[in-house]
Amino acid sequence: MAEVDIKTYSLNFGPQHPAAHGVLRLVMELDGEMIERCDPHVGLLHRGTEKLIEHKTYMQAVPYFDRLDYVCPMNQEHAFVLAAEKLIGCTIPERAQYMRVLWCEIGRITNHLMNTMSHGMDVGALTPILWGFEEREKLMCFYERVCGARLHAAYFRVGGVHQDMPAGLAEDIMAWTESFPKVLDDLENLIVENRIFKQRNVDIGVVSAEDAIAWGFTGPMLRGSGVAWDLRKAQPYEVYDKMEFDVPVGRHGDCYDRFVLRFYEMRESLKIIRQAIEQMPKGPVMTEDGKIAPPKRGDMKRSMEALIHHFKLYTEGFHVPAGEAYAAVEAPKGEFAVYLVSDGSNKPYRCKIRAPAFAHLQAMDFMAKGHMLADAPAIIGSQDIVFGEVDR
Amino acid sequence: MALYPNPEAVAAEVATLEALIGNEKLGVTGVSLAVGEVTVTAEAGKILALLTWLKTEPSLLLDQLLDVCGVDYPERDQRFDVVYHLLSMRRNLRLRVKIRTDEDTPVPSVVDLYPTAGWFEREAWDMYGIFFAGNPDLRRLLTDYGFEGHPLRKDFPLTGYVELRYDEEQKRVVYEPVKLTQEFRRFDFMSPWEGAKYILPGDEKAAAPAAPPAPAKN
Repeated sequence: MAEVDIKTYSLNFGPQHPAAHGVLRLVMELDGEMIERCDPHVGLLHRGTEKLIEHKTYMQAVPYFDRLDYVCPMNQEHAFVLAAEKLIGCTIPERAQYMRVLWCEIGRITNHLMNTMSHGMDVGALTPILWGFEEREKLMCFYERVCGARLHAAYFRVGGVHQDMPAGLAEDIMAWTESFPKVLDDLENLIVENRIFKQRNVDIGVVSAEDAIAWGFTGPMLRGSGVAWDLRKAQPYEVYDKMEFDVPVGRHGDCYDRFVLRFYEMRESLKIIRQAIEQMPKGPVMTEDGKIAPPKRGDMKRSMEALIHHFKLYTEGFHVPAGEAYAAVEAPKGEFAVYLVSDGSNKPYRCKIRAPAFAHLQAMDFMAKGHMLADAPAIIGSQDIVFGEVDR
Repeated sequence: MALYPNPEAVAAEVATLEALIGNEKLGVTGVSLAVGEVTVTAEAGKILALLTWLKTEPSLLLDQLLDVCGVDYPERDQRFDVVYHLLSMRRNLRLRVKIRTDEDTPVPSVVDLYPTAGWFEREAWDMYGIFFAGNPDLRRLLTDYGFEGHPLRKDFPLTGYVELRYDEEQKRVVYEPVKLTQEFRRFDFMSPWEGAKYILPGDEKAAAPAAPPAPAKN
């Protein structure tokens, strides 16, 4: 029989594909059904956030962070305000720190619900995402009640948080933490032990601990490979050092471990939410420094100084001392960091956004090589990619 | 609970790094500590040797590269900073390494040392035009296919040069020069009392030599 030369087959996956989690374009070279090479083309959602921030005052820059990873907006704002606060050298009231922790953890649950459930959907489980979104909707309502917006919160400000919680919200969140574990149990029963789900995920996209570190993985991607590293524990910011929670760690580094790990993280986040509400002290939620924090509406009616501060803050903004700072937070997807360079003016000179999913997606070629085409959606799902932050 | 950043650990880190100044092989030119963060400035050509050393030095073990980015200072001769952010999970330390380069001088790529550097270097190339020698895949990353220019440079306008729209007649997307319906507004917040660099209207009269006094009339 004559020798047949088999050519690889090029396949364009996306940019409009339901399993691509946004606008991912993968140019794959396939040998039969096996992926030989996988080249992600990103940037289809590139909006030039970093350039825009260079032309905005520090306060105007905050809302851009909601639009990065729009699944957990407040966690991104956190990194930016931490970087600016580091440069200014301002400390924020304790209540504001608890508020930040509380809302970051709620953000973590919204993110993990979205990710785990859509991961399920990518491999064929349609029901869980409907159940998950129902819970997510409740969390979005909490977001709305605290800041007025369901998604684009702009709630964390330099110097604290924008406003205190309305009366009754803390009790409602507490009540929700009572009911949510039941839903988590249901979801777990539905999907975690599901035979088909396991067949699609166990031993798919295996990453060893060494590779995870070399490829710059952070967050659940790193912990799924067995590296117990969580910035909330190792480099605690705000009041995370006062919270009691565990860091779940995976063992095999495959898609299934990362999936289950996110379920455990949601339960840990619930613990933190309950502690944060219970321990939250009374007091202001914004620093008292009139040069950073806008004055209260009531003060503006009586105090000339407050009126001047208000005018200056909303036109010119505050000036940040020259210097550079790198602030990292444990966002749901991994280490989200902001590298801020200030030249002493009221606008950032440079604001580099370090998005965790950017590093994860880069390893797509490495993770998908040798797998079947049908495994690609499972790998993308377990990487937890949101294009807002990859493309910026 | 562990305090982070731990002042003792940071002081030890600074001391270790300061001992490197003058080492011909690694090319460290300075170490500084600000807002609890350690920054090392180094020579661009020796960055690979320096990062290899930092990765293997037992007291540092900075084995994770988190970020590579450019910063543009157009008024300098070597206008770009390339900034590397490193993390050591075993020692719980962070480090920032800064090198300088210009538009023409390539920087050695660190992809062989840290595979994750690949895309970060591609992004820096895309955004600033910093060339990384040795990066196997230095294509544009975030900008459009066929894009020209490097958008994060300070001399690149915020609005860009071209805009695109769908043309109904040609039935395809066309690129056109940017047309602004309203003039681009750039507010200047420098207070004239705090050293604005321009002359306020009318101030030029003060600098002009005083007119000779008119001859007195008797």
